[in-house]
Amino acid sequence: MDIVLTVNGEERSAAVESRLLLVHFLRETLGLTGTNVGCDTSSCGACTVHVDGESVKSCTMLAVQAHGADIVTIEGLADGERLHPMQAAFRTHHGLQCGYCTPGMVMAAVSLLRENDDPTEAEVREGLEGNLCRCTGYHNIVDAVLAAAKEGAT
Amino acid sequence: MIPAAFEYERVDTVDAALAALAAHGDEAKLLAGGHSLLPLLKLRLAEPGVLVDIGPVRALSYIRDDGDAISIGSLTRHRDLETSDTLAAHAPLLRAAAHQVGDPQVRHRGTIGGSVAHGDPASDLPATLLALGATMLVRGPAGERRVDADDFFVGFLETALSPDELLVEISVPKATGAGWSFQKFNRRAQDWAIVGVACQATPTGARIGLVNMGSTPLRARGTEHAVGSGATIPDAAAVAHEGTAPTSDLGGSAEYREHLCRVLVRRALTQATAPA
Ligand SMILES: Cc1cc2nc3c(=O)[nH]c(=O)nc-3n(C[C@H](O)[C@H](O)[C@H](O)COP(=O)(O)OP(=O)(O)OC[C@H]3O[C@@H](n4cnc5c(N)ncnc54)[C@H](O)[C@@H]3O)c2cc1C
Ligand code: FES
Ligand code: FES
Repeated sequence: MDIVLTVNGEERSAAVESRLLLVHFLRETLGLTGTNVGCDTSSCGACTVHVDGESVKSCTMLAVQAHGADIVTIEGLADGERLHPMQAAFRTHHGLQCGYCTPGMVMAAVSLLRENDDPTEAEVREGLEGNLCRCTGYHNIVDAVLAAAKEGAT
Repeated sequence: MIPAAFEYERVDTVDAALAALAAHGDEAKLLAGGHSLLPLLKLRLAEPGVLVDIGPVRALSYIRDDGDAISIGSLTRHRDLETSDTLAAHAPLLRAAAHQVGDPQVRHRGTIGGSVAHGDPASDLPATLLALGATMLVRGPAGERRVDADDFFVGFLETALSPDELLVEISVPKATGAGWSFQKFNRRAQDWAIVGVACQATPTGARIGLVNMGSTPLRARGTEHAVGSGATIPDAAAVAHEGTAPTSDLGGSAEYREHLCRVLVRRALTQATAPA
């Protein structure tokens, strides 16, 4: 099946097997290995990317379903050498430990602020309910997202 | 986890979807948001020969005020339900239930039609639609028919839909200004309900839908009758488990679920009938 889609601002086309998951297309076909697979069962959010601007678990979407879509992965957030404000906030506030959940966390957090640019702490915690951190560093992650919101990051 | 191989067809109209279903018979499965079907495919609990992707059928994504009722296209996503002003005004129970589904990523993809057609007793929306007295509009080779929510969920993961039919629209009678409550009990925020209760106050009493209390979503008919004949809330809630058949699993024993059901129904009735 032929698909054409935009990934991190670049048009890509490929012939893929129908059963190929979007996350495997991104990691293996395109070599964008920033998006991680944690659980493979739609629970952990490590594989979160943006599909047409909204957070989606890329292990729970087929590559063929992304035909015509605008996909952004963690690699597409920074502006060259300049980190996206959400990435910068995670760094400043130590919002990561081992870093495995971080790409998905950052993508989910950016999507969250697009929908609610001035969230309360409770709204940040609820908004990140689809992302698990096995290092359980939630406190600093929430601080980072609140700080990014203050700076007007989306 | 990789699904077994299948053929994939993308359609952008209801007619094309019905034609694909007719052409492939039992081999074909519709794919909407994929958030119930893809996990099953990945576990190889389902191995359809053909997936008919109705995701691009944009015409089925709407929330429309039709006078006495709100009509909702089957491909309307949970995200659109939880942010709808129309639902806030006329069916706030459905809006609140949609907000409780999974997590934001799930709500960005999953649809009301997929949730209803899947017929999972643990899902939040089917029980909510029972409480609201919704009607399903179904289209197949022989034309259209309407099925009441009460007749739609017939067994575990089994609905009144036949394999060659498509759920087009869900129609919800307006409940403008009436009390309601959605109670979902789970261990972690993103989880499915161990037990859930959807309660809609009506002019004569209340309608109550139960999540995860049997092989289908159920109504708490004992409680509804009691409320209708003037019983107190504690007395009415005490019979909430009547006619249910919950299972025992890691989430809790059947006995625990019956207890939760009575407690949550009491809370729901208290909230739904509290003066505004
Ligand atoms: C991590 C996770 C957590 C979740 N948590 C919850 C939760 O807490 N509560 C809850 O209620 N749900 C939950 N869900 C399920 C979610 O709500 C699904 O989106 C929904 O159940 C199915 O909708 P879908 O559009 O994804 O359907 P799909 O997966 O695409 O389809 C489901 C089934 O319905 C059929 N179908 C789909 N559309 C139609 C149609 N228009 N006509 C006829 N048949 C159709 C398909 O053929 C398939 O058999 C969760 C899912 C995940 C992955
Ligand atoms: S890998 Fe996709 S949700 Fe965990
Ligand atoms: S930082 Fe290790 S999983 Fe979150």
